[in-house]
Amino acid sequence: MYFDSVQAALSMDGHGSFVWVAYFVTLLIISAVLLLPGLRRRRLLRQVATELARQESGYATREGPR
Amino acid sequence: MWTFFHKLGSPPWLYGIAGAIVRWLLPLTILALLVGAAWGLLFTSPDFRQGNSYRIIYIHVPSAVVALAGYYVMAIAGAVSLIWRMKMADVAMKAAAPVGAALTFIALFTGALWGKPTWGTWWEWDARITSMLILLFLYLGVVALYEAFDNKEAAGRACAILSLVGMVNIPIIYKSVDWWYSLHQPASIKFSGESAIDSSMLYPLLLMIGAFYALFTCCLLMNMRAELLQRESRTAWVRRLVKPDGPR
Repeated sequence: MYFDSVQAALSMDGHGSFVWVAYFVTLLIISAVLLLPGLRRRRLLRQVATELARQESGYATREGPR
Repeated sequence: MWTFFHKLGSPPWLYGIAGAIVRWLLPLTILALLVGAAWGLLFTSPDFRQGNSYRIIYIHVPSAVVALAGYYVMAIAGAVSLIWRMKMADVAMKAAAPVGAALTFIALFTGALWGKPTWGTWWEWDARITSMLILLFLYLGVVALYEAFDNKEAAGRACAILSLVGMVNIPIIYKSVDWWYSLHQPASIKFSGESAIDSSMLYPLLLMIGAFYALFTCCLLMNMRAELLQRESRTAWVRRLVKPDGPR
């Protein structure tokens, strides 16, 4: 460990705010690009499931049989 | 070999193999990112001239490197879909654009935060920074252009052409620090000859570059899976995913 204390690691001789903000924003963006595709995929799977359930329960869909 | 290409064109096969790769690559990626970030932030010595602000290098350089590499992926996928009309290449091109945009934004944002304590300015209209901004607009342009068309086949062709024309920007970004006088320092890591970076700083940096490549791969594959589901939502294989015992 290069820094002696948590305070030293946070302040980084005055550069801390720049460094930590850079890492924090990067963390946010990386979390977003990792989570969004999975959420979109799950939403699409749910849509297909709803569609299938509706067809099976006998409601005629406007598009007709496929 | 040809069976491999044949499989590559098959959506269910691609969906499955992409899922299998992400399942082990994603935990490795997150681990490498955490280790690399902790190593760079807390366990390396400060730069003798820039002090601690240089620690931004461990996210700035990897994101910029992979943003450029990602553009090749997008443009080559665009070319393949344009020339051979390969649908999966079109899926890959569309999946690469938002990830590349995110990485380019990270590179620009961390660069601004690094520039303030080091150069005394957040932003400078010099060749490297301006060409990176153009890269961001190219990525966002592909995303926006795709959404602008109702006919997705035409959208794919237009995006492929845009990304191929935008290729012109890539060598400009690489060479900008050599061609123009710039605040931005030239590359410290060289493939031939002595690197201008100490090995204690080089190893965490290489780890982070590897981790960002893996991150790009994971995001690309996950985006491709979502895109495949959307395009193929009416097909039997997607229905079987939802309901395995359904009609064939």
